[in-house]
Amino acid sequence: MLHALAVVVACCAGSVAAQERVLPLSALRSGITFAGADVRAMQSDDIANPGMLWVERGETLWNAPAGATGMSCSSCHGTASGSMRGVATRYPAYDSTAGAMQDLEARIDDCRTHRQQASPLPRESDDLLSLTTYVAHQSRGLPLGVSIDGPARAAFERGRAFFARRHGQMNVACTQCHDQNWGKRLLAEPISQGHGTAFPAYRLEWQALGSLQRRLRACPFAIRADMPPSGASELTDLELYLAWRAQGLPIETPGVRR
Amino acid sequence: MPDARVNVPAEVARGKPFEVRILIRHPMETGYRTDESGKPIPRNVLATFTCRYNGETVLVARLGPGIAANPYLRFFVTARESGQLTFEWVDEAGVRGDERVAVTVV
Repeated sequence: MLHALAVVVACCAGSVAAQERVLPLSALRSGITFAGADVRAMQSDDIANPGMLWVERGETLWNAPAGATGMSCSSCHGTASGSMRGVATRYPAYDSTAGAMQDLEARIDDCRTHRQQASPLPRESDDLLSLTTYVAHQSRGLPLGVSIDGPARAAFERGRAFFARRHGQMNVACTQCHDQNWGKRLLAEPISQGHGTAFPAYRLEWQALGSLQRRLRACPFAIRADMPPSGASELTDLELYLAWRAQGLPIETPGVRR
Repeated sequence: MPDARVNVPAEVARGKPFEVRILIRHPMETGYRTDESGKPIPRNVLATFTCRYNGETVLVARLGPGIAANPYLRFFVTARESGQLTFEWVDEAGVRGDERVAVTVV
């Protein structure tokens, strides 16, 4: 009896976090594990991985003065391998000055416009992709661990609702593929669990590197739903939910995907 | 903006083939794609790629529209003495790129 009671108590203590998760942490699998041997080989080899071209360009931009202040990222942040290590694992995050949730792209652009006083970089521009990839690359191998407490909570709940809601003419929800049917095939392609740990990632379909938001916009297109514009708050909310959902999976930036 | 990543071993053995790998940033436009307004994007792929060792041509490649963006080339070179590997490429729009790397023979 005492033993049974102890089990019940243990269950209750863990229930708040555990019940919320559709995919238990122990079942999480990176998208790369669903890819073929050729894609896996391409990602794991830094010379063959085309995403490294963006990392290298990001490093150049990191040290290049920009804007009215004539300062570079490194003027304040020094060497990225030290100062930016682990930063990407915490994004999207709430920024109190901006009063909003920011993904890594938004954070970098915020720094650029307000600190460097330079012109903003458009989403999906080569410069913003390169800087984001370079910064995220400093956290390669580190586990994701975003905060969903405080002001981030509302965004998290919106992201979670978006993931569970049916969208578009095909009337399907993210959760139906990525929680309930991962591992099966959609035509020729295996369905992954939908983690964003590779991004910004080089996608063979794009023949280029792109952001997580670009990838997230591709899913509504496929199910004939309205695509939120790049930089929309719905996408940042979704990014936050996905990062929480993938908690503990290591960052792979720059990943390679089909 | 032409740029590339090159990889050769830090030291190579005299007379023994060593692996050279190069990744070149290039969109390799096939000419079959259209932009968002439906206008065709003109074809522009890398026309030629040349690798020289101490001035002597060791590899010439003609690339075509069947090769993916950001071409990755891998080939073997044999060196008799230490020197410089130089790479040059030119695309169909006439944009040139080059890269060089020192090779140490032991």
